[in-house]
Amino acid sequence: MLNLIKRLIISHSYIANYGYTDGSGDWYIIVDSDKCDGCGKCVDVCPVNVLEVITDDYDDLVVSIRAEHKKSIKYDCGPCIPVSGERDCKCEQVCEPGAIKHSW
Amino acid sequence: MTTEYWRWTESRWTSPDIDWKKADIITAGVDIGSVSSQTVVMCDGELYCYSNMRTGSDSPDSARRATDWALEGTGMKIEDIHYIIGTGYGRVNVPFAHRSITEIACHARGANFMYGPTVKTVLDMGGQDCKAIKCDERGKVTTFLMNDKCAAGTGRGMEVFANLLAIPINDVGELSLSVEAEPEPVSSTCVIFAKSEATGLLRQGWAKNKVLAAYCSAMAHRVYTLLVRIDVEKDFGITGGIAKNIGVVSRLEKELGLKALPAKYDTQIAGGIGAALFAKALVEKSRKAA
Repeated sequence: MLNLIKRLIISHSYIANYGYTDGSGDWYIIVDSDKCDGCGKCVDVCPVNVLEVITDDYDDLVVSIRAEHKKSIKYDCGPCIPVSGERDCKCEQVCEPGAIKHSW
Repeated sequence: MTTEYWRWTESRWTSPDIDWKKADIITAGVDIGSVSSQTVVMCDGELYCYSNMRTGSDSPDSARRATDWALEGTGMKIEDIHYIIGTGYGRVNVPFAHRSITEIACHARGANFMYGPTVKTVLDMGGQDCKAIKCDERGKVTTFLMNDKCAAGTGRGMEVFANLLAIPINDVGELSLSVEAEPEPVSSTCVIFAKSEATGLLRQGWAKNKVLAAYCSAMAHRVYTLLVRIDVEKDFGITGGIAKNIGVVSRLEKELGLKALPAKYDTQIAGGIGAALFAKALVEKSRKAA
């Protein structure tokens, strides 16, 4: 309860869209910083090591996309979101608060 | 000698109404972008002076030069500034900064200062990226989206076209509006495709202003798609260098069906203002704690 009040008063929430739009569509990983508590479970399950936990500009722990993956997530997220075949998005599954999503 | 049509105007400014020696908190924001660098100095949260110049190949050197130019003639030294924050692409390369903050947070805060607390959506069209940001009435980010994968919808793309058509970049906007009928836009997904398309149109005998119109509307459409993703809300403000290009801004306004707020300041210094305001808040926080 105290934690919730603390979050409501102190922390600052926003929705971050990491990725890009190119000729083939929209490729974004969407993180809701309000729901994300920076637990890092998604970081551990990602087979490509796309994610990392950072301290943002408002001093909150939140998950983000590693700089080297920001411009290639369409391909980097391929193992979990293949063009054909079953979508098996591990970071989304493991996130209990549902803070992380993909735009495709 | 070739003329560099892409060269935009550098500037500096000092407020005639502020005596910095009487100021309680002096802070600075140093925004090192890919194309331009700005140093903004604020006294007690009021804009005191700024410089806006091109970024060189050496980021620390650009930071130093921009700051020296901002302070030129004011009698202020870097040591007189209580807190300095670096932002922009080169934010980690500002040797005299106390901290760095991402340009997304700084632009939202800067736009909040420039356009007032009613601004809810901020579009920053920079040199090599384009950011769509939504913020609350305190200038805190609530949603953001950044496209830095390609040059479409950025100042760099406009530079390419200024050079291609041999039109000084400051005149591109006005000239693009001088067409009788609005042409079909060129490719909005890629500057290189757009350029080769434009070259073809020139061979077909299109006038320069018509080609510019086709490119400006392509660029407006490109940023429009980004804004739609985050859901534009009134009021809407534009920052960055392309905000000065009336050809892109007016076409974007038309596509959105929404007028951008009029700029009271140089739109390129928004990031620097935001950084300086963050710095002020940090100084106040540390004084309160002490």
